Amino acid sequence: MQKVNLTIDGTLVEATEGITVLEAARAEGIYIPTLCADPDLEPYGGCRLCLVEIDKMEGLPASCTTPVAEGMVVRTETPGVQEARQRTLELLLTDHPDNCLVCSKNQHCDLQKVAAYVGIDQPRFKKLERQTEIDSSNPFFVRDSSKCILCGKCVRVCNEIQGLGALEVMNNGLSSKIITSAGDIPILESICESCGQCVAKCPTGALMPKNYRWASKEVSTVCPYCGVGCGTYLAVRGNEIVGVRGDPENPANKGSLCVKGQFGFEFVDHPDRLTSPLIRRNGRFVEASFEEALDLIASKLNEYKGDQFAAVASARITTEDNYVIQKLARAVMATNNIDHCARL
Amino acid sequence: MTNTIGEIENAACILSVGSNTTVTHPIVGLRVKKAAKNGAKVIVANPRRIDLCRIADIWLRQRPGTDVALLMGMARVMVDEGLADSAFIEERCENLDAFKDSLKNFDLETVENITGVPRNKVAEAARMLAGNSPASILYCMGITQHSHGTNNVMALANLAMLTGNVGKPSSGVNPLRGQNNVQGACDMGALPNVYPGYQKVDSPEVREKFEAAWGCNLSATPGLTLTEILQAAHDKRIKALYVVGENPVLTESDASHAKEALEALEFLVVQDIFLTETALLADVVLPAASFAEKDGTFVNTERRVQLVRKAIEPRGDARPDWWITCQIARRLGGKGFDFDSPKEIMIEISSLTPSYGGITYDRLEAGGVQWPCPSQDHPGTPVLHTERFSTPSGKGRFMPLEYKPSAECPDEAYPLILTTGRSLYHYHTRTMTGRVAGLNVFRDRELVEINPKDAAALGIADGDAVTVKSRRGAVKAEAKVTDDSPPGVTFMTFHFADSPTNVVTSPALDPVAKTPELKVCAVRVEKA
Ligand code: SF4
Ligand code: SF4
Repeated sequence: MQKVNLTIDGTLVEATEGITVLEAARAEGIYIPTLCADPDLEPYGGCRLCLVEIDKMEGLPASCTTPVAEGMVVRTETPGVQEARQRTLELLLTDHPDNCLVCSKNQHCDLQKVAAYVGIDQPRFKKLERQTEIDSSNPFFVRDSSKCILCGKCVRVCNEIQGLGALEVMNNGLSSKIITSAGDIPILESICESCGQCVAKCPTGALMPKNYRWASKEVSTVCPYCGVGCGTYLAVRGNEIVGVRGDPENPANKGSLCVKGQFGFEFVDHPDRLTSPLIRRNGRFVEASFEEALDLIASKLNEYKGDQFAAVASARITTEDNYVIQKLARAVMATNNIDHCARL
Repeated sequence: MTNTIGEIENAACILSVGSNTTVTHPIVGLRVKKAAKNGAKVIVANPRRIDLCRIADIWLRQRPGTDVALLMGMARVMVDEGLADSAFIEERCENLDAFKDSLKNFDLETVENITGVPRNKVAEAARMLAGNSPASILYCMGITQHSHGTNNVMALANLAMLTGNVGKPSSGVNPLRGQNNVQGACDMGALPNVYPGYQKVDSPEVREKFEAAWGCNLSATPGLTLTEILQAAHDKRIKALYVVGENPVLTESDASHAKEALEALEFLVVQDIFLTETALLADVVLPAASFAEKDGTFVNTERRVQLVRKAIEPRGDARPDWWITCQIARRLGGKGFDFDSPKEIMIEISSLTPSYGGITYDRLEAGGVQWPCPSQDHPGTPVLHTERFSTPSGKGRFMPLEYKPSAECPDEAYPLILTTGRSLYHYHTRTMTGRVAGLNVFRDRELVEINPKDAAALGIADGDAVTVKSRRGAVKAEAKVTDDSPPGVTFMTFHFADSPTNVVTSPALDPVAKTPELKVCAVRVEKA
């Protein structure tokens, strides 16, 4: 790849040809506010916040769609840039609810971050009441159009990453909004596959998981469902799983997840979980201690060493679990009668 | 998989056969869609209209169970039209002449008659696959769950070798494994004929190695497969069974037979996270920790060993499976079950399993590793067979094949084919997904997909309650009238305990892999 040299805010920067000014700045640790740019998505140029000044270029080009070029001189902080950003932002904020404290996106919200960076005077525009339309048809997430800033990320994720196209921007001036590709209908009735990738990318509280709670830590692990083995982070609070995030560094899924991996974790705390050994006595299960159950099993299995015994391991438990089960069958029970349901 | 999931995006051609890719392996489905966006040609071979048909350049709608004929027909076109990669074949393969000879039975007229796919489409697909390199072949249970599943796989391997699509990036013959750790379970020798690392139990050197390591005498006789185990239990040859994390009452074909077999046992121990249909039959049930409550590894379909980490404490008195098994072994006098952690177990695994030789937890902390990884300094293996095949000669062996019809074909009494699969929203027997309320919103009951023509002939309307009957049993479910199913073919999942589809499926087995023929059996559908 060819390298080009450019200057951003006086710093000499070497960048790979073909990347955008925004990417070059980010790689250099220079912050440019944006709401619609995403490293996983094609440049969009929708939010008009990443405007910069570039010598020999007219107006204020959007850094997210302008490719770097040799000798380019870029300024991210000029009175003109600041003025333009403020206008754009104020326009966004005129009809955005400002009850941040009760929004579950509070402090995770890109709009808050950008507003804090750009700084807002008393909004010059009168606050507009926007009609709130809540779509809670999907069992896992809620759409709240009043918080939508029309960055188009959800539409693009569904097109570009999910390859589905369940969403669309309906352009209609001030009442523009995101609708499903089958019209302004509840998302549950659309072709949406509920992968949640749009929810993960939404910069505001317009798309939020239901019952969202902040986590106290994240634990890196692997999805328990299919053989793709997507890397995940389990969001944990106390002793409970409160969410899942796809691991962007995992080479198998690169951050994506399907509906099962993204939302299918509540079985862990289902009341049906077995929480104690059970022994059948007179045809009924009776709770027992591990000691008692294990002693009973050992005394019984002692009678069946050899080929009268078989073990069925599992494609769902860990590699190490499987290793010790086959070792038990072979080394202790003296039989090769060990299988699992690989064929099913 | 011979290759890696990430490579699919860069393939020039993708053949998805017997795989409802976007449903059963959604993220692999995303890679296929991405490849198509990048300009790859996509060929789908599937009797059902699956989601990938939307983006397919060619959709081959073969009759269920006729894959060998379809794939041999494609091979025949490649050979006849001189499209084969002769340099690759010359250098890397053997037995081409015998294979070519077996192609003589697969002229396109015969192929069309058997498969129902128009001959020009077969030819077009062959040209597309041969003309766009690298090509990646993806397959799943639609290939393996047949009485001739092994032949189906060989037919795919033949095509890959013929087109030189082995041993290089974005190519290969790629089975998509269904369950999160089916690869790891196989790698660890949870199979009747091999120790960990596919080392054969009937090889004296291998057995000596494990006897020395484990300090005991080991049986030289290969054991029974799951289906055979159940048969043996039925016949009272097997009297005690230890089942961990499986639910054969719902997953086995001819499920009533499976249940009878378990009831015939003298002693049944089931270890699971829920009281499954199988656990209900047990003498002792042990509560296992869920994936989120323990450490360990899962090995994905591309042979990548990845760390699973404990995020929360086990519920109630549940314990990790490895701990429970070790406790049983120790009480039975077993030596070498004093592990403190899965990390320690992995040390023993890597010492006895050459393909895991370089795998340690310290290394996995930095990210997954694809086996074979024989030593600490080995980077792992994204692409298999780059220089040699795993045959004695090191060459890829073309396999001459014949077409064999499925064991049970439709007739007057049972005029429709039933084929089975999965839903995006559920997993296996729903022990987990059935307990996620939101997933049940998308799908909470079994549906019998049936073509509008068949439905009309039977007087069945969408949403009607129907009974599906085979020679083995009957199951009730709701009809879904859709031309996603071709005429003559019905489709059901096996997710729902109250419509246990496997009561009707066929127990016929592939003679080599012993996989049951879940993809084809003859049924009759009636209004319930
Ligand atoms: S949840 Fe997934 S499928 Fe549904 S709209 Fe969002 S990105 Fe598209
Ligand atoms: S998130 Fe979906 S595709 Fe990924 S491993 Fe889990 S079930 Fe498979």
